[in-house]
Amino acid sequence: MNNLLIWPVILPLIAGLLFILLRNHIRLQRVISVVVLAMVAGITIAIMNQISVSGIQTLQLGGWQAPFGIGLVADMFSMLLVLTTSIVAFCCVIFSFRTIGKDRERHYFYSLFLFLITGVNGSFMTGDLFNLYVFFEVLLLASYVLVSLGGTKIQLRETMKYVIINVLSSAFFLVGIAYIYSITGTLNLAHISVRIAEAGQDGFITTVAILFLLVFGIKAGLFLFYWLPGSYSAPPTAVSALFAALLTKVGIYAIIRMYTLVFYHEPQVTHLLLGILAAFTMVLGGIGAVAYSDINKILTYNVIIGAGFILAGIAAFTENGALGSIYYLIHDMIVKALIFLIGGVIVYLTGTTNLKEMSGLIRNHPYLGWMFFIGSLSLIGIPPLSGFIGKVFITRSTFEASYYWLGFIGLIASLMILYSVMKIFMNAFWGETVLSEAEEKGTTKGVMLPVVLLTALTFALGIGPEFINSYVETAVEGLMNPQIYIDAVFGGNEIP
Amino acid sequence: METLIAIVIGILFSIGTYLILSNQMLRIILGLSLISHGINLMIMVMGGLKTGGPPLLSETFQSFTDAIPQALILTAIVINFAVTAFLLVLSYRTYKKHGTDDMNQLRGHEHE
Repeated sequence: MNNLLIWPVILPLIAGLLFILLRNHIRLQRVISVVVLAMVAGITIAIMNQISVSGIQTLQLGGWQAPFGIGLVADMFSMLLVLTTSIVAFCCVIFSFRTIGKDRERHYFYSLFLFLITGVNGSFMTGDLFNLYVFFEVLLLASYVLVSLGGTKIQLRETMKYVIINVLSSAFFLVGIAYIYSITGTLNLAHISVRIAEAGQDGFITTVAILFLLVFGIKAGLFLFYWLPGSYSAPPTAVSALFAALLTKVGIYAIIRMYTLVFYHEPQVTHLLLGILAAFTMVLGGIGAVAYSDINKILTYNVIIGAGFILAGIAAFTENGALGSIYYLIHDMIVKALIFLIGGVIVYLTGTTNLKEMSGLIRNHPYLGWMFFIGSLSLIGIPPLSGFIGKVFITRSTFEASYYWLGFIGLIASLMILYSVMKIFMNAFWGETVLSEAEEKGTTKGVMLPVVLLTALTFALGIGPEFINSYVETAVEGLMNPQIYIDAVFGGNEIP
Repeated sequence: METLIAIVIGILFSIGTYLILSNQMLRIILGLSLISHGINLMIMVMGGLKTGGPPLLSETFQSFTDAIPQALILTAIVINFAVTAFLLVLSYRTYKKHGTDDMNQLRGHEHE
């Protein structure tokens, strides 16, 4: 029992509720949201150190022992993601101060932002399948409003599609929960794992596993991503950067959790299907990224390729694969936020999203240009930046598992990423300077701090992975040995 | 009894699917609602249908009803209620702004 675990979930929730009362105190809301996110990061680091000393921490809410109560479980994997979430959200909220506009701020932008963080942190930390559904709905409902907030034509249109597809996938999530409950008679993830290990994973359970793969795949942008490019390019930059960094990652987290903790008995069926879907995702996402000349579209297709690549490591289902996936997941959250924020600044400066109408920004904004360049290299996985280590381990694991085609497609997808981001770099930053500083539609004043912070982070993560390596290795150990998670949840009690 | 409800769930799902495949917003929302109701019924059936058993464990009662599916359904209904309310408001705003409720005309264009 560790009461510290509730804070990453409840702090943003309390702050978000408070903001509804403090509607007109925008300045106070800004300060509180930054403070809350920093506090969540601090608490998460404290929990991570406790985990490395004394193993996985749990909190059985209301004192009801597992599997009867609903508990929070903090293993190293989820806490690494919570930490990255709070850092990315911290940067996005600072970015939004200057760019989001008075109207949105007055219409509960910061409340919704923190509700979204509540849902994301809750999804990462919950140890109960139905509670995972509830936290998914919390973050989805906040995201529905964030996409549509502002009410422009394109936002409303894209929100309609986004909501409909997500309501449908949530409905199938409930179907999956109902099946799991009828098969195992429990909803506690650790308990489900125990029951399935006892009874064996037969064809019916494998079918349910594939149903879960489809449900989380829709949310993660895996193969069924056709709703994603539209709805991620509609909202303002701070929001779409947050979505690109966090929302698809929650779906990926759910797939990784289910496929390493619960449905790990038949990897030749489920994990192979995951690998095939990941390959299709990378190819189709790559084609999309190469084809468009709209900066938002290119970046959203890069989100899709990232999702495919992370799951390739899990599909291989080796220790190296899990290690690479965790590194790449953390890297992807940081660098996607970075690249979306810079893309947003470019659009903000030039007033257009079409690459053909912009040119030569590097003369007036050299730092922005070179940071975009660093971000792009990191995205492709050039050493010494943060994408490299994840990419190496994932590729190695696909070869180890003799999924050569998967590793090969991953490398081809990297080339497509290279082409697509260099297209942005060359069109937007090189060439003749067409806009003088006076003609620009916006300024970079006040938005550079989060960009610099994220660039420094991708650099630091690439140069010094040994700082987090011990944490990541603990996380991999937890993922590859479900028994550690189960023992921590039941805490020595008899398993009914 | 389970068979009967299974058929009802099937009917709800098929009507819901039919409505989702049409291109009017309101029909799609109704279709989503029907599917959600079908799923609520399904969760109930998955917990096992019984008559006369209280949702309590005690030494005197031999049979008892599983209360968890009902708690799940209650939560799912509340969430579904909130999402449907939001979706209805959103579709009204979209209709006002675009002047159409035909999803085919809301595809979006390459250049705008």
